[in-house]
Amino acid sequence: MSTRLTSGGRLLNKSKQVSFSFNGKKLTGYEGDTLASALLANDQMLMGRSFKYHRPRGVVASGAEEPNALVNLGAGGKFEPNQRATTTELYDGLSATSQNHWPSLEFDVGVANNYAARFLPAGFYYKTFMAPRAAWKHVFEPIVRQSAGLGKAPKDRDADRYEHYYAFFDVVVVGGGVAGLQAAKAAGQAGAKVLLMEQTAHWGGRAPVDGGEIDGKSAEDFVNATVAELNAMDNVTIRSRMMGAGVYDHGYMLGYERLTDHAPAVAGPRHRLWRIRAKQIVTATGAIERPLSFAGNDIPGVMLASAVRDYSVNFGVSSGDRTVVVTNNDDAYRTAIALKNAGLEVPVILDARATGGGALADEAKALGIRVENGKAIAKVKGGKRVTGVAICAQAGEGAVLEEIMCDAVAMSGGWSPVVHLWSHCGGKLIWDETQAHFRPDPDRAPTSHDGNGFVVTAGTASGPLLTGDVLADAQSAGIAVAKAAGFDGAAGAAPSAEAQAEAGMEPVWLMPQGAGPKLRMKAWLDYQNDVKVSDVKLAAQEGYESVEHTKRYTTLGMATDQGKLSNINGLAVLSDALNQPIPATGTTTFRPPYTPISMGSIAGEARDEAFQPLRRTPIHDWHEANGAFFEPVGQWRRPYCFPRGSESHADAVTREINQTRKSVGLLDASTLGKIIVKGPDAGKFLDMMYTNMMSTLKPGKCRYGLMCNENGFLIDDGVVARIDEDTFLCHTTTGGAERIHGWMEDWLQCEWWDWEVFTANVTEQYAQIAVVGPNARKVIEKLGGEMDVSKEGLAFMSWKDGKIGDFDARAYRISFSGELSYEIAVPASQGRAFWDALLAAGEEFGIMPYGTEALHVMRAEKGFIMIGDETDGTIIPQDLNMQWAISKKKEDFLGKRAQLRDHMASPDRWKLAGFETVDGSVIPDGSYIVASGSNANNQRNVQGRVTSTYYSPTLDRGIAMGLLHNALDRMGEVVEFNKVDGSTVKAKVVDPVFYDKDGEKQNV
Amino acid sequence: MLTLQCPYCGVWAEETELHAEGEAHLKRFGPGSSDDEFESYLFMRENPKGVHFERWRHSNGCGKFFHAARSTTTLEVFGTYSAQTLEPPQDIKDKISAKYPNWSWRDFS
Repeated sequence: MSTRLTSGGRLLNKSKQVSFSFNGKKLTGYEGDTLASALLANDQMLMGRSFKYHRPRGVVASGAEEPNALVNLGAGGKFEPNQRATTTELYDGLSATSQNHWPSLEFDVGVANNYAARFLPAGFYYKTFMAPRAAWKHVFEPIVRQSAGLGKAPKDRDADRYEHYYAFFDVVVVGGGVAGLQAAKAAGQAGAKVLLMEQTAHWGGRAPVDGGEIDGKSAEDFVNATVAELNAMDNVTIRSRMMGAGVYDHGYMLGYERLTDHAPAVAGPRHRLWRIRAKQIVTATGAIERPLSFAGNDIPGVMLASAVRDYSVNFGVSSGDRTVVVTNNDDAYRTAIALKNAGLEVPVILDARATGGGALADEAKALGIRVENGKAIAKVKGGKRVTGVAICAQAGEGAVLEEIMCDAVAMSGGWSPVVHLWSHCGGKLIWDETQAHFRPDPDRAPTSHDGNGFVVTAGTASGPLLTGDVLADAQSAGIAVAKAAGFDGAAGAAPSAEAQAEAGMEPVWLMPQGAGPKLRMKAWLDYQNDVKVSDVKLAAQEGYESVEHTKRYTTLGMATDQGKLSNINGLAVLSDALNQPIPATGTTTFRPPYTPISMGSIAGEARDEAFQPLRRTPIHDWHEANGAFFEPVGQWRRPYCFPRGSESHADAVTREINQTRKSVGLLDASTLGKIIVKGPDAGKFLDMMYTNMMSTLKPGKCRYGLMCNENGFLIDDGVVARIDEDTFLCHTTTGGAERIHGWMEDWLQCEWWDWEVFTANVTEQYAQIAVVGPNARKVIEKLGGEMDVSKEGLAFMSWKDGKIGDFDARAYRISFSGELSYEIAVPASQGRAFWDALLAAGEEFGIMPYGTEALHVMRAEKGFIMIGDETDGTIIPQDLNMQWAISKKKEDFLGKRAQLRDHMASPDRWKLAGFETVDGSVIPDGSYIVASGSNANNQRNVQGRVTSTYYSPTLDRGIAMGLLHNALDRMGEVVEFNKVDGSTVKAKVVDPVFYDKDGEKQNV
Repeated sequence: MLTLQCPYCGVWAEETELHAEGEAHLKRFGPGSSDDEFESYLFMRENPKGVHFERWRHSNGCGKFFHAARSTTTLEVFGTYSAQTLEPPQDIKDKISAKYPNWSWRDFS
């Protein structure tokens, strides 16, 4: 069993007991525990179930690489799934539940998959769920959904707060072990502005656990002294509980600071995402121990040797009473020695190396520990807990020599440097034969804008593993990055450490070396995703040669731990199966973040009202006070309609249209884009931008224009007013103002830079109000002022500056509704006053505002197109029968050449028409016009689609516009639009202008 | 996230301040051009592993379009320069040649 020891536990505050719960069971631990160490102290080795086979799984590691011990943490708005017990600091009241099992952790029905494992090999999903098509919906999908996923998705809104923090440093050091501390100190002494971050709550990394002396002091004393020195340096910032999440282009990096995960009662943001620009980055990220691949290496109680040591030294927890150590290197002997010194049994150390270990092995033997060289584990015995191991020769095929009772196995397959941050932005790796690992190649560092490397490794992350080498490497890294960042102050000398010579490790990728299929099927590589040696071999056999393909086929390394533990083992097995050296196989791509970071931290403060800036018109407050129902249009909020009392939106829209058509209505049109184009070449320029001829427009007149891109497709429309000989004002769609302004600038700056034209986006300088309806003129005349707005004084499609009442106004006689209409612009600051004045003047005519929906219905009744409804980025003006707006005189305009291409000029294109339903109903949005027969995918053929469809209060029936094959030759024909329920609705092809075909109403 | 120096206002801007605007030095073909020329102008783009010339806009800054010469693999920026030119300036071409003596990109080398 695993239990708390009376001695040890350097990170614990044993005077402070902490209570927590696991699967509803009340348990206690100490301040300083992780959830994993506290569970082990309570003999809770079983912490979860694996993803595919639902096998019982215990904790394997003691840090961020943990693949098994994932839990649901918290409840309600603080619930979070897939949290690693090994990196979760214990606090009073913590509540955790295990994942991926039903009905309970101890008894899980899904474990049936385990017994069917031989039928669920690599690629099972790809091979099985192919056909028949119908089976997917009714058979496969329900099963997959039931068994998929690890933790549960949170159901409530995240109750916590998160923030982003922008920071700039000369040097950022990632990793607070002795290497990181030393590198930060050296860079700081040289004068650089330094940030040092450590993902755990503690400084010093492995050194205080592994012992040894640095500069004549214990490692722990050295760490404390260095932290104190760094704290005293003004130019150095140090942060624990902060992970280097990712390294990106040109020295950008993310730091993920966990502020209150360990103390949820503390006020303030939970996580802080540091968005850092660093001139140089040092990765002192250490190394991660690798498991060994032997049968039963996933049974709870089989752990990394370093983790067993960590739990014992850091937390005073024994992982088992009798621990068998199995290794291919000297480091694991430290675990055996630590356990023995803690008074625990180590029945045997199995050293796969025929020649055995060095000085540490001698030390272990001197303590009376039995050491067997050239031996291996044939298989681990046990179910939910290790009960023993069967021993064999590493060189053989697994013939059992002896069985030994034990309740824990400490394994070590060597160490792999943490190369993730080095690799994120393109740092390359080399294969180190002696250590059998990939390590950063210092000659091929990730490069910054100047072409020079900006990431340097320090300590174990570089490859060297002995403390003396680590410190020397860190010192030179610190000095090098400071120099690269422009600082060459004098750094102190590197501390010296006594290096204990170690015998070389020997790569062991499979244990025993000749393990047959039966053992390979139980030798796990990826614990979380249940990928075994046999799966990788199968993938290779089936022709998966690329490591990236094998990864996706077998899911090796695709779990939440992203293969931190055993990817190298998998690569080695694949290389062996492909009969090629490991470097030829290579690694999969390392992508940020290093470990998962919360979605909340990515969002930061960008939620609710702060999610994005809101644009409000000068009249917005009135809309809000008068019950407007808003819809988002780009970043604007525009009133959709103004419901009164309990009125439905549809009723409100009908009321607004009827009032406007019969008397007068008001529209806040301030959001429409307004761009001034000015200069001697302005006319020539607009002739290129619009399909129409704009240079012939007379000052004082307006012209509706279309804009196309170079593909010939419509991108915007609007009314252009010529202000004077050199000046035009171009109206754009609400959503198009910034885009079209940028589009104009693009051509002016990059193509016709010799043309004398300036543009300015003045959208927000004006409030623009449309006064619309037969009584519109009367309302304006009531306001008085000098402006003549009579039919003769301000003719249709002209504009005029002057006073309306006391307001400085520019009135445009343009109409998007088909009614007598004035769009009047006043300075933004006077917008609200002008609106109020119009409402007061119009009272006797029942004046009321109308929203965007009424605007849409009225323009559809008139057959006016709307960018984004009638167009979708693939529509040319000719499709909309708008040849009248395309100049034939101009040699060139944007889109002209494209519209001459075969496909664009084809008579076979769908063309715009109006549609009147036979039964008067409204055609559903998105509906297609069906044709006879079906296509190769068994889908009904189509011959067109609806683009705008509304109930028209004016005609009291459903009206629509749409695109139909050869529409112009098919007037009067009845076609069928499909509906979601499978039925169709019949509609007659008609002219798209439903209302006032001759335009008499707008021109009065 | 790249950082580029705007050649107009001199600001070292980070990508969030900029907008990528596609390939640089495209020659426009309008009415009168052949189908091949027009197709090449509209659709054919370089996708090099290495030296590349791009257009950027300092959209959340001075609003100017500019050109950048950079390596898509090493992320090295050889320089940024005015959009109002038909080819990269000689000093930038020299800088590229110093690193990649045999480079070529469309008609430039």
